[in-house]
Amino acid sequence: MRLLLAVLLAAVGLQAHAALNILACTPEWGALAKELGGDKVNVYTAATALQDPHRIEARPSLIARARNADLMVCTGAQLEIGWVPLLQSQSGNSKIQTGQPGYFEAASAVSLIEKPTSVDRSMGDVHPDGNPHLHLDPRNIAAVAAALAERMASLDSTQASYYRSRSQDFLARWKDATARWEKQAAPLKGMPVVVYHKDLSYLLNWLGMREVGALEPKPGIPPSTAHLSELLEQLKKTPAKAVLRSAYNDPRPADWLAERARVPSVMLPYTVGGTERAKDLFGLYDDTIDRLLAGVK
Amino acid sequence: MQCNWLCAVALATVCSAATAQQDAQSEIEQLKRRVEELEKRAPAPTPAPARGSSAFNPDISLVLQGTAARSSENPDDYQVSGFAPSGGEVAPPRRGFSLGESELIVSSNIDPYFRGQLVASLTPDNSVEVEEAFFQTPGLGHGFMLKGGRFLSNIGYQNPIHQHAWDFQDAPLPYKAFLGGRLDDDAVQVKWLAPTDLLVELGAEAGRGRSFPATDPNRNGAGLWTLFGHVGGDIGESTAWRTGLSYLHAEPTDRPMDVGATFSGRSSLWIADFIAKWAPNGNSSITNVKAQGEYFRRSEDGDLTFAATPGAYSSRQSGWYAQTVYQFMPRWRVGYRYDRLDHGSVSSSLTSAQLPLVLADYNPSRHTLMADWSPTEFSRIRLQLAEDKSRAGVTDRQVLVQYIFSLGAHGAHTF
Repeated sequence: MRLLLAVLLAAVGLQAHAALNILACTPEWGALAKELGGDKVNVYTAATALQDPHRIEARPSLIARARNADLMVCTGAQLEIGWVPLLQSQSGNSKIQTGQPGYFEAASAVSLIEKPTSVDRSMGDVHPDGNPHLHLDPRNIAAVAAALAERMASLDSTQASYYRSRSQDFLARWKDATARWEKQAAPLKGMPVVVYHKDLSYLLNWLGMREVGALEPKPGIPPSTAHLSELLEQLKKTPAKAVLRSAYNDPRPADWLAERARVPSVMLPYTVGGTERAKDLFGLYDDTIDRLLAGVK
Repeated sequence: MQCNWLCAVALATVCSAATAQQDAQSEIEQLKRRVEELEKRAPAPTPAPARGSSAFNPDISLVLQGTAARSSENPDDYQVSGFAPSGGEVAPPRRGFSLGESELIVSSNIDPYFRGQLVASLTPDNSVEVEEAFFQTPGLGHGFMLKGGRFLSNIGYQNPIHQHAWDFQDAPLPYKAFLGGRLDDDAVQVKWLAPTDLLVELGAEAGRGRSFPATDPNRNGAGLWTLFGHVGGDIGESTAWRTGLSYLHAEPTDRPMDVGATFSGRSSLWIADFIAKWAPNGNSSITNVKAQGEYFRRSEDGDLTFAATPGAYSSRQSGWYAQTVYQFMPRWRVGYRYDRLDHGSVSSSLTSAQLPLVLADYNPSRHTLMADWSPTEFSRIRLQLAEDKSRAGVTDRQVLVQYIFSLGAHGAHTF
């Protein structure tokens, strides 16, 4: 009898301390959820840094993870429109449906840039709500962290104070780091660069760098020889300091242009896991800034 | 006296109206103050999207398709030798230029508990067909999902996928012979996902049986039912896979079998399916490979009637296909498919003169090659070549060019 009671109590205890299951759509939000949740959360990340976040498939393993998730943390602003709605509808999980507390969009916590005044598919893969690649501005990470910690606290109220104190600690460290990065990156201000896709806009915006061209003729349209040649002509008149691309982009077009324009081709991690050093959010920014500084030296 | 009383009532009404007005005014004052306070406290308001009454409009998308085809045999005479005619749209596309089905897809959440979707197909001969019209629950809890209405059955791998998302223009031979192209019934479906990290999906459907292999029985209860189970997961970061087993049972009555012959009895079909996708580091945008295959096995037992003469009929038939599609650079893909049917054992008390099609001991097969170009995920142009030996003693050489364009709301990429 006593043994049974002990087992029952243990079971109840386990239930009460069951960790929050979090399915993060992209690596940056997985890393942030780990920063805030510590050992009170199980985090699974749907995409890696080497995968194009627009083109993830609702593969079987993701449907299984979505079925068991208490919280889904995504970017929103239609970045994941090709696959997140499928995960929601095929998971049989009412908690993670849009509008429920178990579905969190980072875009809801920040204001987006490059909001198009009109949209049409002839403009390429434009996002009507604005540019969704918002995590490369550290101020956005801070805003999302505060909102996400509150969401985690409300979903798992027994651990609310734990999430809040971790969030305060993270935000304090993040503030110091942001100040350090801004100081380090001061020489990058005003520097003209060519990007691959519009996924670095927040980074350039934050550091005051200038985008003078994109390898994609239109967002989401792969670089064509004709467009690259045009870009090369343009660079002869108005030179850029570097050609930037993200870890998941095809290196060939960027290297082709950089070689002919005689500027460095710089690969940036884009998100956590994109390079060896980008192990967490701090590493992501450290490595991004160092690579930019080294590239344009 | 009466006047006095009336006056009193009138006065009371006016008075109460006046006090009510005063109350309302002070309430308005209070509210104004509160709004002002709130305005001071709150940050700059974010402008709400100005969409007005259109905000709740469902997502609408449209798929346009068409083909230009050339074949050495007449598609109007198409049949699969050795197999009962399935009655579906199984013939190769018409020769020359022809419009394919234009699909209009309308979907939306109905309320927090239901989601609805309509897929209407505008056929090239100017009729409208309801391909799908169903409701579905996004989550009943504990991994259960319910779907009802007309929808593509979840048996096999390719069955629930719409034609515009197929990797070849037409269905594999086993789909043509055993399901009339696909199973699309008026039914209810219950699906359950196990709480595991590996995908384990179990489900059942009960339907009216409005088409092949059933015959719309016009009776209370289900005329066709299915069971299906799928298991899937990842192998490392680069490979994703899914495999499954499905079962279908129907009891057709007077189903046309051959010229002048009909079948009544029991029909059951097993399908084993497999799909795997590979991309370097799981990044499918540059290169990727997809391999899929399905094996079908059908048994039918019952009575055959030919010109009012009854007879027995029993068959064990099978078929399979395997295909692979390789994206060798962004936008460009090539693919190859081989499909084959095995006539198996068919026994009947009728003679092959009475049942020439069904009793033809012939194993149909086909080779298909395709190459397609997709400038964006919304457009695709495909070239397809086939050597089709569906008809005994005849090789049909087919060439076709197909376009598929999607307009409107962003479609989702099903696995």
